[in-house]
Amino acid sequence: MNTVVAGITYRALLGRRRIVLLLLLPMALLGLALLLRLLGSDDQRSTMLLMQNFAIGTMLPLLGLIAGTGVIAPEIDDGTIIHLMSKPISRPVIAQTKFLVAASLLALFAAVPTYVAAWLLVGNEDAIAPGFAVGALVAGFAYAAVFLLLGVVTRHAVTIGVVYALVWEGLVGGFVPGARKFSVQQWAQSIADQISTSPFLKADVTLGFAVPALVIVTVVAVLWAGQRLRVLSLTGDE
Amino acid sequence: MKIELAQVSRWYGNVVAVNDVTMTIGPGVTGLLGPNGAGKSTLLHMMAGFLAPSNGTVTLDGTRVWKNHQVYRHIGLVPEREGVYGFLTGWQFVLSAARLHGLPDPVEAARKALATVEMEEPKDRRVETYSKGMRQRVKVAAALVHDPPVLLLDEPFNGMDPRQRLQLMDLIRTMGAAGKTILFSSHILEEVERVAQHIEVLVAGRHAASGDFREIRRLMTDRPHLFRIRSSDDRRLAAALMLDDSAGGVSLGPDGLEVRAVEFRGFARLLPRVARTEGIRLHEVSPADEDLESVFSYLINRSS
Repeated sequence: MNTVVAGITYRALLGRRRIVLLLLLPMALLGLALLLRLLGSDDQRSTMLLMQNFAIGTMLPLLGLIAGTGVIAPEIDDGTIIHLMSKPISRPVIAQTKFLVAASLLALFAAVPTYVAAWLLVGNEDAIAPGFAVGALVAGFAYAAVFLLLGVVTRHAVTIGVVYALVWEGLVGGFVPGARKFSVQQWAQSIADQISTSPFLKADVTLGFAVPALVIVTVVAVLWAGQRLRVLSLTGDE
Repeated sequence: MKIELAQVSRWYGNVVAVNDVTMTIGPGVTGLLGPNGAGKSTLLHMMAGFLAPSNGTVTLDGTRVWKNHQVYRHIGLVPEREGVYGFLTGWQFVLSAARLHGLPDPVEAARKALATVEMEEPKDRRVETYSKGMRQRVKVAAALVHDPPVLLLDEPFNGMDPRQRLQLMDLIRTMGAAGKTILFSSHILEEVERVAQHIEVLVAGRHAASGDFREIRRLMTDRPHLFRIRSSDDRRLAAALMLDDSAGGVSLGPDGLEVRAVEFRGFARLLPRVARTEGIRLHEVSPADEDLESVFSYLINRSS
């Protein structure tokens, strides 16, 4: 972790228009939660639908994409990363710092709003709110790591990321039961299910698989991103 | 410190950008001269550790540069692309460089570096409000902040106004005289000549020539020159010129003469003498191939 790298990365992400993108989805989540509450649908079943389909199913991967690629891809694109890379700091440390920034942003913009939205609907009933908040937090780390790696490896990180989030997590995960085992969202639900005692939540993937999978995906992606950054080639305009 | 390139090549797919280059860059100012697209940036990026050579090695005092972030303790790099965060102020940018280097007194180092490039006054403005020349100077300040023994600059004078250009030239000369190893790339001979004691010429990815500026100048003037001449009597002038050894060939066209001068200085003396004795009035004498491209293509043909 390098504080100067972290400081520049925070400023790059929060100082520009990107912060609007980061705020938009959590605002929508809170808006939906308020709406459901006003309409009198503040029961566990609607909460579960909102959490699974919007908080974990839509908001989390998209925010993961914005934060995960946002901490590094624009800098590689415009060449400003050369400022960090031409210093005696190991490239893996740069990657790790970028990951921590993305992870902290996801905690703030995804996990906290997830908790608040669930709490608005059902309070702390059956520990639904803390369950989904912790699930979103841990899955957010995994997304941050995966999309960071994607941002280092390819210039088309955002496109690939959107396709992954929509096609793999959304469609394949929804229709092919076996594929659910390899879905970050399902892992998040396993953790939520473990913490919450609500009868409406039933995760498909066991905790014994989900937790090691989350840890491995996160650690491997961050380490790999560091290695790829070591051999990142920057060329002039020639 | 010394940068050594040993049989360095770099290719992208089937395209060879740098072809078997061996050179040593020692203390003092070295200019890397070549036309656009000659592979100067590619070569510089390999020296700076941002590109792996496809073949050969790049070392700094014997240690490999590629995949070695410790070399940046000794190297200051001024990239051609705008490697500057627009949302930071000049001061924040240079200070961040000092802190990334882990300097004991980053504030003082940043202050000194900004003073060196005369950027103290606009230092609290955001970089995105700077002119190209100001950005260039702020990049130089960031590269100098840890007082590196080696400085690499990619087309540093691009986009600078004449005053800024002179100021940076002075700075580079002073640092070279102080024993730093400085390499800068440029496609303008006059620029290189004014600053560099030593010149390396790169043409089409190949190391075409090497030497001090006098040698390079001589190489460039001693080549066959082509002149276009219009006179009161082209045919008689052609015949008279061909009697001398310094004229290699003459062709007579509707727009006048084209004379290939084998030896530049000899021909320069010959032409007015012949014109006077023959009583021929010269209307126009112009070099037909004085552009840098033809100079470079001559050098590359000579070296291959």
